[in-house]
Amino acid sequence: MIRHHLNDALLMGYSAGQLPEAFNLIVATHISMCDACRARLESFDAVGGALLENLPDPVEDMGADSLEKVMARIRQTPPPPAPKPKPRGGVFPAPLRDYVGGDVEAVRWRSVGGGVRQAILPTARDASARLLYIPAGMAVPDHGHRGMELTLVLQGAFRDEVDHFGRGDIEIATEELEHTPIAEPGADCICLAVTDAPLRFNSFVPRLLQPFLKI
Amino acid sequence: MLQLLDQSPIKERQAPPPGPPGAGGGPHTGKVRDVSQADEAQGEWVAQVLRVAQKGDEAAFAELFAHFAPRVKAFLMKSGAGAALAEECAQDVMATLWHKAHLFDPARASVATWIFTIARNRRIDALRKARRPEPEDLPWGPEPEPDQADALALQQESTKLGVALARLPDNQRVLIEQAYFGDLSHGEIAKITGLPLGTIKSRIRLALEKLRQAMT
Repeated sequence: MIRHHLNDALLMGYSAGQLPEAFNLIVATHISMCDACRARLESFDAVGGALLENLPDPVEDMGADSLEKVMARIRQTPPPPAPKPKPRGGVFPAPLRDYVGGDVEAVRWRSVGGGVRQAILPTARDASARLLYIPAGMAVPDHGHRGMELTLVLQGAFRDEVDHFGRGDIEIATEELEHTPIAEPGADCICLAVTDAPLRFNSFVPRLLQPFLKI
Repeated sequence: MLQLLDQSPIKERQAPPPGPPGAGGGPHTGKVRDVSQADEAQGEWVAQVLRVAQKGDEAAFAELFAHFAPRVKAFLMKSGAGAALAEECAQDVMATLWHKAHLFDPARASVATWIFTIARNRRIDALRKARRPEPEDLPWGPEPEPDQADALALQQESTKLGVALARLPDNQRVLIEQAYFGDLSHGEIAKITGLPLGTIKSRIRLALEKLRQAMT
């Protein structure tokens, strides 16, 4: 049961196509797991549809022969093959698997100390996405962030000053929040974390390491 | 009665009751005829897409093209595309409509909404060159015989949403247009609140739940 959802601003930004790539990735991954947010997203899409339908006249005329051109293209193009059904039932939903190149076993982790591991995902540089692996019971170093940080649980669970977050839950942390996520006992916790600014660790050593860890 | 049902495989069902009591009364009585006309148009577009999907009906496609291609072109130009690029992309969008018509689900989106999502994706490819990963597809497409009452209700909600948006205060509506057509930062989007999405949201949620029940 997912209890922590996307907010309207993220859903609307995703629907309008205005988010950085890393944000698109985490929104698409959460929606893959959450029907409530999928319905909310489709209602924001409906806003786009209503705006398109009600564009003030005159709308832009198409070229005189544009319909013929499109029909000619359609007749020449064989129907696209049905997309292969993607594998299901893994830890990562399909959009995330596309970035990792597979499920959990395909991740190339790098240790960041304290048993915590991370893997940075290839996205445009206006925001960053990484996977975090936190052994059960361990903490992610106490940190604040200069911008917004989104954390989506994919396996296990964590707890911080705000609440408990289980699989599918997304924490939306603003600049003000200083928190220490601790993986709950039991399964090791895997999260997708996205920030629109580099993380700022509060203790001295991690801050020195930050350039080397690329976070 | 809506054209939605003509020659479409949608199951016969009793039409849902008209909107909430008094919806047509009050200060907006003048709008009622417009709304029912808009509903009828919604149903007409749905029927055209289904004809394209099932029979490759070129006349139905031509009608969709005449109505939607100029809107898609205008949408792309408002988003910063030049006329030539917008024309080319609008043609792409309409060709995609033809090829993906079988994926359209009238219980979850109006035709305008579905075309908006295709146009938005095309715009992101053409203008922003950024990737926009899509959510995992539901493990099934639309039902082969979409439920008529669900489709009808969703199309009516779409019309109502359009009317509600048109009635928003100008400054708010302009912000929303900027968010969808222009470039509004995430922070600016966060300031927009109070979009009238309640009913359509629950309607789509219901359609998703029914799909899951029907298909699992």
